[in-house]
Amino acid sequence: MANSAEGSTTHETHHVAESHADHDHHHELGFWRKYVFSTDHKVIGIQYGLTSLLFLFIGFTFMMLMRWQLAYPGEPLPLIGWLFSDETMPGGVMLPEFYNQLGAMHGTIMVFLGIVPLAVGAFGNYVVPLQIGAPDMAFPKLNMASYWVYFVGGIVMLVSFWVPGGAAQSGWTSYPPLANIVMTGQTMWLIGMVFLITSSLLGAVNFLTTIIQLRADGLTFFRLPFFVWAQFVTSFLLLLAFPPLEAAGVLQLMDRLVGTSFFMPSGLVVSGEALDVAGGGSPLLWQHLFWFLAHPEVYVLILPAMGIVAEVIANNTRKPLWGYKVMVYSLIFLGFMSFIVWAHHMFITGMGTAISGFFQITTMIISIPSVIILSALLLSLWGGSIRFTTPMLFALAFLPMFGIGGLTGLPLGLAPTDIPLHDTMYVIGHFHYVVAPGTILALFAGIYYWYPKATGRKLNDTLGKLHFWGSLIFMNGIFLPMFIQGMAGVSRRLYDGGQIYEFAEGVVHYNEFMSISAWLLAVAQIPFIINFFMSIWKGKEVDENPWEATTLEWTAAPSPPVGHGNFETIPVAHRGPYEYSVPGAATDFTPQNQP
Amino acid sequence: MASSSPATATAHADAHPAHLQHHFVSSDQQFDAAKMGMWLFLVTEVLLFAGMFVAYTVYRVWHPEVFVAGATLLNPWLGGLNTVVLLASSFTVALSIHFIQKGNQKALLINIALTMAAAFVFLVVKYFEYTHKFHLGIFPGENYAYADVSVPYIQQFFSIYFVMTGIHGVHVLIGIGLFIWLAIRAAKGHFTSEWYTPVELVGLYWHIVDIIWIFLFPLLYLI
Repeated sequence: MANSAEGSTTHETHHVAESHADHDHHHELGFWRKYVFSTDHKVIGIQYGLTSLLFLFIGFTFMMLMRWQLAYPGEPLPLIGWLFSDETMPGGVMLPEFYNQLGAMHGTIMVFLGIVPLAVGAFGNYVVPLQIGAPDMAFPKLNMASYWVYFVGGIVMLVSFWVPGGAAQSGWTSYPPLANIVMTGQTMWLIGMVFLITSSLLGAVNFLTTIIQLRADGLTFFRLPFFVWAQFVTSFLLLLAFPPLEAAGVLQLMDRLVGTSFFMPSGLVVSGEALDVAGGGSPLLWQHLFWFLAHPEVYVLILPAMGIVAEVIANNTRKPLWGYKVMVYSLIFLGFMSFIVWAHHMFITGMGTAISGFFQITTMIISIPSVIILSALLLSLWGGSIRFTTPMLFALAFLPMFGIGGLTGLPLGLAPTDIPLHDTMYVIGHFHYVVAPGTILALFAGIYYWYPKATGRKLNDTLGKLHFWGSLIFMNGIFLPMFIQGMAGVSRRLYDGGQIYEFAEGVVHYNEFMSISAWLLAVAQIPFIINFFMSIWKGKEVDENPWEATTLEWTAAPSPPVGHGNFETIPVAHRGPYEYSVPGAATDFTPQNQP
Repeated sequence: MASSSPATATAHADAHPAHLQHHFVSSDQQFDAAKMGMWLFLVTEVLLFAGMFVAYTVYRVWHPEVFVAGATLLNPWLGGLNTVVLLASSFTVALSIHFIQKGNQKALLINIALTMAAAFVFLVVKYFEYTHKFHLGIFPGENYAYADVSVPYIQQFFSIYFVMTGIHGVHVLIGIGLFIWLAIRAAKGHFTSEWYTPVELVGLYWHIVDIIWIFLFPLLYLI
């Protein structure tokens, strides 16, 4: 790896400048090529960003509807209840089938259409080429294809609500045999997933090639910003984890369409009738193939967030990241380990103590690199002169929130404690702490941090802080009571939130509090939405480096970067990514491209 | 990468070739990137089939007698013929790269055509195999209706057989599409000894399609 960087240092910069002069036959592109079918990574990044934010909002709306049913089971939805059809909410009262559809699609949309496209598609696309000093991604057309395939996948998922029987309703995990016998919506789900998988694979191929091949001269692997490393490992996870799920998806599609029984066991009785299938299949095979993807997918959700937080923390503490190399090694180890922990999702499937033992041990091992990264980020704060900017607030909040998410995961990684907690609200609380107040707060940090680079204007700080405190408080209001409910034994998929169970009596009243928190969380997003659109025209104008950062996207490219090719001159890296407060330097930040 | 740097310097001395995209420093870098992208894509292809081979393994372990009985219903001679055809096509696709490296555009076109023809033969043989099975009532899963062999769970073998060879067949079909595209560009003289990236990439793709068949043939037809 070091060799390749040495090799590329031999290209001299002025050649690049010349080559661009030769090539300057790029006339102004038309509207469609410039904003819709663009091959420019910046435009594609913004397309990904806007689309995925929209999907996050849609997924959140599903949950707000479900939370009405959980807080006030069987009561008609006020004000907007009449909008829904008789197949979903007759008289404004949610049907159980519709509740299940919303639940399955909430998970699917949040994971595959919201967070991953925002974390990888948007931030990765926009920031990675800029941070490595590349004029574009290695394969611009593939990049465009990746966005549009994702877009089609999203449309297929949304349209599935209108097919007979509605959308998929077997949870985002789509476990057979249930997923094999439900209505058409599941077929749409599988087709949609094939599109989303294809999109992610195209993206992963592109990111890996770009990071390996297109780094600027002098930018060795250990001079890469941590964010680039995070995207690099994330791309490997996507590349290696998604194809087996694609295979599983194809097999499930065959089960549904041509009558195979890959995942259908013999002798299945549904609603008192023996099911007429060939049989002999194994539902557990689906679970293995699914979690072989879906556990690495957890790290796909969290690693880019860690990358963003690392950038923001280094910048706002005005000192180098503590233990940069250790963090990178941890990241690589984490990526590797994430492929051999998947069956900790399956402790209650009866796979035997030896296998359980193996996966418990690997699960405990994988917590070590996560803790190292989190500790390094915490220690980076030590002795820094911290600037409490809006992105920094979000990044700081990420640390304890991800900490809670991680620590509450430990009892789930050990079979004896997992068995009583399995499929309870505790699990929901655990992974939402990781992805909602964890990843989503980090993604907001990224939006506040890089918005000035993309638009040339800063987001408003007052609205930003309002958004931050609202989001932080209400997210905790939603997710904290879940631990209590879960430990009381409330299952995660109950249409009435557990009211019919005696054991849930003491905790079921939390549902109302959680639901109100969820709706207030929506209110807390209003300042963000106003800020996001208003600042395009009204935000404070900034120069190329408003945060006084060291990495190339700030120091070598104007805000916003040059439309074609990002940089006026391709930069050369002379130092590591976080040279803040170097003794004897003129300023408290030394740009990577400063000789 | 490291080895490319001396060549890069000379590439710069030349005028910029038309095929060099603006975001690459040199033709070598562009070629390296394209090839790396293709290899990474091939990794995903291998893993896609790996998922299905896992299914094969699980069901074979559960019902070994089904797989033995199922294999007797396949014609190893037709499968073997297809193996030979695909191996030959791997040879011709390698030759096409060899010839364009030497700048021989005519031999390139001939070898692309030969590869395409082999892919076509493969699909024709596969078509006769499939229709013969359907004629006997051998369908995947619950539609299986062949009375002569009715080992319990025999459907499982044909589910695996049709899905895996079917997806492999789709890959062959895509390959034919790619060879048509290559042949048109080769006939127009787009490829030279300086630039033949698409030939190389399609060649890599074709080799993986071939290799997957090399695994499918014995696992389904012979054992």
